[in-house]
Amino acid sequence: MGTVTMAQALNSALRDALSEDDRVLTFGEDVGRLGGVFRITDGLRDEFGEQRCFDTPLAESGLVGFAVGLAMGGFRPVVELQFDAFAYPAFEQITSHVAKMRNRTRGRVSLPMVIRVPYGGGIGGVEHHSDSSEAYYAHTPGLKVVTPATVEDAYWLLRDAVCDPDPVVFLEPKKLYWSKEDADLARRGAAPTARAVIRRPGLDATLLAYGPSVPVAIDAAVEAARDGIDVEVVDLRTLVPFDDETVTASVRRTGRCVVVQEAQGFAGVGAEIVARVQERCFHSLAAPVVRVAGFDVPYPPPKLEHAYLPSVDRVLDAIERLQFDDQPDVRHLAPEAS
Amino acid sequence: MSITADAYLKGPRPAPDELLPSAVPVRFVTEAGTAADAPSGYAAPSDERLGEAYRRMVLARRFDQQASALTRQGRLAVYPSSRGQEACQVAGVLALRQQDWLFPTYRDTAAVVARGVDPVDVLTLLRGDWHCGYDPMATRVAPLCTPLATQLLHAVGMADALRRKGEDGVVMAFVGDGGTSEGDFHEALNFAAVFGTPVVFLIQNNQYAISVPLAEQTAAPALAYKGVGYGVRSEQVDGNDLVAVLAVLDEAVKHARSGHGPFLVEAQTYRLDGHTNADDPGRYRDEEEVRRWAAADPLPRLQTWLRAHGALTEQDIDVAQAEAEALAADLRAGIELDGPSNVLEMFDHVYADPTPQLKEQRRSLETEVKGMEA
Repeated sequence: MGTVTMAQALNSALRDALSEDDRVLTFGEDVGRLGGVFRITDGLRDEFGEQRCFDTPLAESGLVGFAVGLAMGGFRPVVELQFDAFAYPAFEQITSHVAKMRNRTRGRVSLPMVIRVPYGGGIGGVEHHSDSSEAYYAHTPGLKVVTPATVEDAYWLLRDAVCDPDPVVFLEPKKLYWSKEDADLARRGAAPTARAVIRRPGLDATLLAYGPSVPVAIDAAVEAARDGIDVEVVDLRTLVPFDDETVTASVRRTGRCVVVQEAQGFAGVGAEIVARVQERCFHSLAAPVVRVAGFDVPYPPPKLEHAYLPSVDRVLDAIERLQFDDQPDVRHLAPEAS
Repeated sequence: MSITADAYLKGPRPAPDELLPSAVPVRFVTEAGTAADAPSGYAAPSDERLGEAYRRMVLARRFDQQASALTRQGRLAVYPSSRGQEACQVAGVLALRQQDWLFPTYRDTAAVVARGVDPVDVLTLLRGDWHCGYDPMATRVAPLCTPLATQLLHAVGMADALRRKGEDGVVMAFVGDGGTSEGDFHEALNFAAVFGTPVVFLIQNNQYAISVPLAEQTAAPALAYKGVGYGVRSEQVDGNDLVAVLAVLDEAVKHARSGHGPFLVEAQTYRLDGHTNADDPGRYRDEEEVRRWAAADPLPRLQTWLRAHGALTEQDIDVAQAEAEALAADLRAGIELDGPSNVLEMFDHVYADPTPQLKEQRRSLETEVKGMEA
């Protein structure tokens, strides 16, 4: 037991994975000598040698394609792509090869590899350093998409990802890297991959959130409780495969639902979740399912990001719109009608 | 030099002048089937191997013709022919041993057949099915790669994997002239050189990327020069001279296997047919050019050369031809047996274990299919 940051938990997960299985390799840009720009691979090169933790030339498609070959050859590569928006050069390798290899070989070639991507905003990064890119990956069959929100989950979800027979895109919320918990990582308390988890039980409404939005949702739930609204917070943890069961059970219980995501709203993961919830829970719903998302603008620079990021207030506003007074929410109706 | 490469490379990296390709393509045999003038500096393959190469080229040619015919009959969805490129297709495989890997493109079906994979299986993707048809792990042949140059990086990773496991395997990776403009081509050369991996890149420069001629694809003096900037030893060769292609690839494979890092070979050849059966090459090249290249056909060239050396008898030629006809007959029969695919299987290999959502979709389609059958 001790105070651990998410960055340290991820580092421990990699260290333990490297210790346990000789087939695990980790590489990327600046992960060797430097230990990664976020220090997630700190000390691993010294401990495991340059054969198992190493820097590659600066080419993202190159390092993902290289990892595909290593995985075909029996290794378990864990690749670090330095920032969300710098992962895009690897998009073709990820969508056309990483995601499809098992299928196009009729199950004969599997790619047990992990692509780690620090993602999301809130750290004052300049342009191209704060994208929420989860929808691109979640839309691609063949990939699993995982994103932790707690220190303990960061450790166990990454350990699970390394052991997974399928490729996992592991999205690390940058602004939570320095979040701390008293955690005993050696003892597994976390739920397995593919299951969502209820962070805070409640009776009146369900807040669905993942990654960097989970602490925002929890804070909003605490605030709402002061107004007498008992909000349940579900941390999705794994976007693909999606845990319809936990989500559906929660919304059927509460009858009201808000989905929170940092990414731009249009055609985002939240849109898919809203569709799934209304398809499965329509007769339990007392109000339309509401989204709180980023605006449909390129992620803004540090001077503006506070206005972009879904805030506790914005989530509370959304909860207010859940027709607790049995009045329809008219904000989305045409101006003439309102 | 990175420590990673240092652990594997035997001896120093090639000096700058050792990287450069020959000023003109390496050639052993002229278009007329006679000995070329200039000495090449490469060891000629044995007559026995050349005889085997001839046999496999005859099979490759017949396979290609049969596949084109099956496409016209509507039995294949599409077929990208390699007619005219048989010297590259066969030499690229003959240079390998059992433990080596081949990373082909969609145009390299003849090479995969030459590697020993069942021709019916090789055409699975082109028949319009959803998977590559053969077992890459058992055959050591990666799936035919449709996106351009992406497979080169997989080849580099595989070469690194073989070396890490202490195997002495080499990886042969094919790419076309158009593919050398893709970023992944450059990233693969760079990764291979930095990590010193045992991989041989074979560019089959067939002069056109669908319709775009080489002169509009690159301003490089030859594609082989593209290796030099990455520190990769490079060579250019007459791609219709089997003797030369095999001689150079033998050296390239030896170089890689003995721990001297990657090797890039550009083989200058010509695609006698269109890009695929759906193409109309008359829109971008003239008949005269095709006639000129047809006169440089690699197959009669090798035959003339071997006969003149007493390394190929009439009987050998007849045997190869009969074997080719048998291959074509087997291919026709195998394709004839090809039934409809099980549509429900499309859900089964997306993940190791289908997700709950895929199981639900599978059940839904199953109900739909049963409804149609009823």
